[in-house]
Amino acid sequence: MTHVFAEDGRMIPVTVIQAGPVHVTQIKSTDKEGYNAVQVGFEEISDKRLTYPKYGHLKKAGLTTNLRFLREFRVDDPSSFSLGQTIDASIFADGEDVHVTGISKGRGFAGGVKRYGFKGQHMTHGYMTHRRPLSNGATGPQRVFKGSRRPGHMGDDQVTQKGLKVVKVDAERNLILVSGSVPGANGTLVTIKKVAK
Amino acid sequence: MFSGKISGESNTMNKQAILTSVAQAYMKDDLPEIRPGDTVRAHVKVREGGKERIQLFEGLAIAVRNGGIAKNVTLRKMSNGVGVERTLPLHSPNVAKFEVLRHGRVRRAKLYYLRDKVGKAARIRERR
Repeated sequence: MTHVFAEDGRMIPVTVIQAGPVHVTQIKSTDKEGYNAVQVGFEEISDKRLTYPKYGHLKKAGLTTNLRFLREFRVDDPSSFSLGQTIDASIFADGEDVHVTGISKGRGFAGGVKRYGFKGQHMTHGYMTHRRPLSNGATGPQRVFKGSRRPGHMGDDQVTQKGLKVVKVDAERNLILVSGSVPGANGTLVTIKKVAK
Repeated sequence: MFSGKISGESNTMNKQAILTSVAQAYMKDDLPEIRPGDTVRAHVKVREGGKERIQLFEGLAIAVRNGGIAKNVTLRKMSNGVGVERTLPLHSPNVAKFEVLRHGRVRRAKLYYLRDKVGKAARIRERR
């Protein structure tokens, strides 16, 4: 993340996202696959990671380089796309609302204080339960309800951050600046969806 | 198999370089070098009732915080016997200009001790 200045002098925190170029690798239609979608590939990488099945799949789309990621997007009208077509950051415009989906940073096995914001108890003055979760529920039903907030694995989940705005599009370098933060560690894959107003 | 050639310049640029270059576009390149102890005059843009005018704020730079585009300077002055401090982002479009009026010779990066001193005790020697 970094910041940029708005015209009125406000400082806006932004996340810089490499938005493309992506290549259309497969077009799915109701007739054949049962639903309308477009599969796109992102990030050109060397052949070292290319498997023969993937080679055939990409070759069918008329591509000549290996791609690291393949992701699918549901679309209304798949006929407006063509195999091998390149889509870049210029499809976004300044001021547009977007949703960004990514895999959040993994926190490992986290306690209730970190995972659910439990208050915890005192660190001193004789308390021996500092960050422990304490009660699991009433004694009435003699069991712990399913879905109770307990310590456990946190993070590494798919998270969608809504209400983000495109601050600026750098079509030349395929970068877009999005106001605020997005899920996941630096350098990881996110998918960006335009939001219909 | 494919030729294995990788096209596209953007892949070769590292992440930090991209971040720096993005912020670079919003940064001013005509800023004077401001150091702690300097007396600085800032031309602050003030919007009042739809009109914009320039207000001057002159004070001693008691702290400079680096951070690329977020670099800022804290100016302190005495106004009618009351100490006033303003922290201004150097690259903000709301500040039209910074002028360094006097270079001071100081031995600290942060001159917060001046807050407890007034008058003669708050003087700073000039740097040559």
